[in-house]
Amino acid sequence: MKAVVLLIPLLPLVSFVFTGLLGRRYLKEKSHYASVAAVAISWLLSMYVFIQVERGQTLSWQIYSWIAVGHFSVDIGFLVDELTAIMLLVVATVGFMVHVYSIGYMHGDKGYYRFFAYINLFMFSMFMLVLANNYLLLYVFWEAVGLCSYLLIAFWFPKVSASNAGMKAFLVNRVGDFGFSLGIMLIFVTLGTLSYSGVFAAAGGLSGGMVTAICLLLFTGAVGKSAQFPLHVWLPDAMEGPTPVSSLIHAATMVNAGVYMVARSNPLFAHSHTAMLVVAIIGTFTAIFAATIAMVQTDIKKVLAYSTVSQLGYMFMALGVGAWTAAMFHLLVHGFFKGLLFLCSGSVIHAMGGEQDMLKMGGLRKKIKITYWTFLIGALALSGFPGLSGFFSKDAVLAGAFDGGYYYFWIVAVITVFLTAFYSFRLIFLTFFNEPRDARLFAHAHESPWVMTVPLIVLAVPTVGAGLLLGVPPESGHIDHLLHGVFAAAIHAPAHEFGLLSASLMAFSAAVGIAGILLAWHFYLRCPWLPAKACKRSGRLYTLLLNKYYIDEIYFAVIINPVRRFSGWLWRIVDTGVIDGAVNGAGWLAVGAGRAFRPIQSGKIQGYLFAMMLGLLALLAVYLILTL
Amino acid sequence: MTPLQYYLALAAALFAVGAWGVVARRNIILVVMCLELMLNAVNIALAAFSNYSAIGPGRGEVFVFIVLAVAAAEVAVGLAIGIAMYRLRERLDVDELDDLKG
Repeated sequence: MKAVVLLIPLLPLVSFVFTGLLGRRYLKEKSHYASVAAVAISWLLSMYVFIQVERGQTLSWQIYSWIAVGHFSVDIGFLVDELTAIMLLVVATVGFMVHVYSIGYMHGDKGYYRFFAYINLFMFSMFMLVLANNYLLLYVFWEAVGLCSYLLIAFWFPKVSASNAGMKAFLVNRVGDFGFSLGIMLIFVTLGTLSYSGVFAAAGGLSGGMVTAICLLLFTGAVGKSAQFPLHVWLPDAMEGPTPVSSLIHAATMVNAGVYMVARSNPLFAHSHTAMLVVAIIGTFTAIFAATIAMVQTDIKKVLAYSTVSQLGYMFMALGVGAWTAAMFHLLVHGFFKGLLFLCSGSVIHAMGGEQDMLKMGGLRKKIKITYWTFLIGALALSGFPGLSGFFSKDAVLAGAFDGGYYYFWIVAVITVFLTAFYSFRLIFLTFFNEPRDARLFAHAHESPWVMTVPLIVLAVPTVGAGLLLGVPPESGHIDHLLHGVFAAAIHAPAHEFGLLSASLMAFSAAVGIAGILLAWHFYLRCPWLPAKACKRSGRLYTLLLNKYYIDEIYFAVIINPVRRFSGWLWRIVDTGVIDGAVNGAGWLAVGAGRAFRPIQSGKIQGYLFAMMLGLLALLAVYLILTL
Repeated sequence: MTPLQYYLALAAALFAVGAWGVVARRNIILVVMCLELMLNAVNIALAAFSNYSAIGPGRGEVFVFIVLAVAAAEVAVGLAIGIAMYRLRERLDVDELDDLKG
């Protein structure tokens, strides 16, 4: 087991070094061999680990004492429990499929080897992030996945918008990571240890205010990484990266790191009702906030990006209301279906020759059949269509909110279900139905090669089946048993029986989802003139949504532009004026002094001699005056 | 007996003339000659001190011979510089030797 766990992150790392060093000169078009093979093996090993953990075999292993100062020590070590196993399952499966898909998607790109090297580095970092057994190691790889995210968003860096998006992601994440690092420091200062086991064992002894402070700071990190309001702005822009990256990093794995971290810290959060409430409020607000924006976007990837933000909000709501298992369940399932949806959108974009605007698509249903069917399955799962995986996980989240007595959150979440179903099927109908809106692009449209369609089919399997397999019966399904031990400290109430109330709630949320689908059908298939009319009628609201609530503009006005102006002032006045002035002044002083004294150095020996004699006489005179 | 001060006054006058010549003259030959003048002024002073001091005559004159020998060597070097300079520049003006100018 130890060797297996060690190999999971190690293989992608080795492949990263190999591909990164040899790719440019020697591997070129063959760059994917090593990286796909490494990730494939990691995937098999992750499966093995998952099965082992399911059988009750967990692992806590300190490999190496990294920092040891006095009583304080940080190890490089692995903790493999049920939570880690679930994360491994998502990361390895989606990672493997994205690698295979990328062979087709990135074919012929100038940075082919670079892409595979980066994405291997990401796999390594992400595996380490979920395997780490202490906060410091988690933080290190938390930053490492952020770096990979930056590198891959700005993968096509000659494009200005891509490199700007990369910087934006990096900077916005800095804000969250700053809070996260403060949280870790606070844990260290108060508890003197950073290992999960040590922190969780000692968490009970902390004062209420201190626990709340720690939890809120940790949550700040999660807000940044998982793109929650108000730090959600980077994720939609991150869509500038290649689509496989959007699928892997910005839908299925990295953005889940925040949810994972909060879930991992559940013994801490369990001690702070305030922090939990903040998590729930932020999550719920983000869920509906992002869903409303997704309704009016026309870029196929942007819709999915806002959908991801919204679904992550769901997960945080679940965490906040204490439905820990539901959050992890939704994370797992969302990883599969959102990964699938992004890969499908990549396939659509591939078919349309790079066009991402849904208003130029339409009628693709007949031309790209595999993509259409897998996309439909993903969208149904996202809408919570009964029987598909998303239905069970979403219902678990809703039930968690309802059972916990958080009725307001529940209402907002149900409205979000409606919006989610609406925008998912708006996307489907605009892309695949009706007549093609751009005949030239449509004529060129073709199905993707098998390396791209096979991953779609493979990911469609858990999208359909994961819910039935893990989530039935609701609230006491397989996943609840699996995660029971991890969340034992945080879940107080025993799981109650699945009764009539739960069943009717389930039916209600399913009905809401289907209503959303029907509304989309009414708007975009039955009466295609309606959307334009509705836009006109809602006027300002539509403009507000189209401009994403002007959040970017507000940030520019409130933060970025004042900072820029201040920097400009610092640059012109302080930097060029004071600092450069002082340095240049010193230089000019030396030059001036030299110019003033230069005539003395005439080079004429007699002049020197004369001066010497005068000096001698002067000394003599002084001597005489002093002695006489 | 003539007082010591007379000799010293002569030596000082001679020295001043020599010093003036070294500083003010432009011709290198004259500069070297004036240098000799300054050395001889010192010689006079040394010889005079020797005769008037308590250690008795004869001791101080030894220095004079040493100075004369050194002066001969110095003149040889000085004139060699003068010749080298003439070959280089075809002039003997010391103001031309200002290559060390800053």
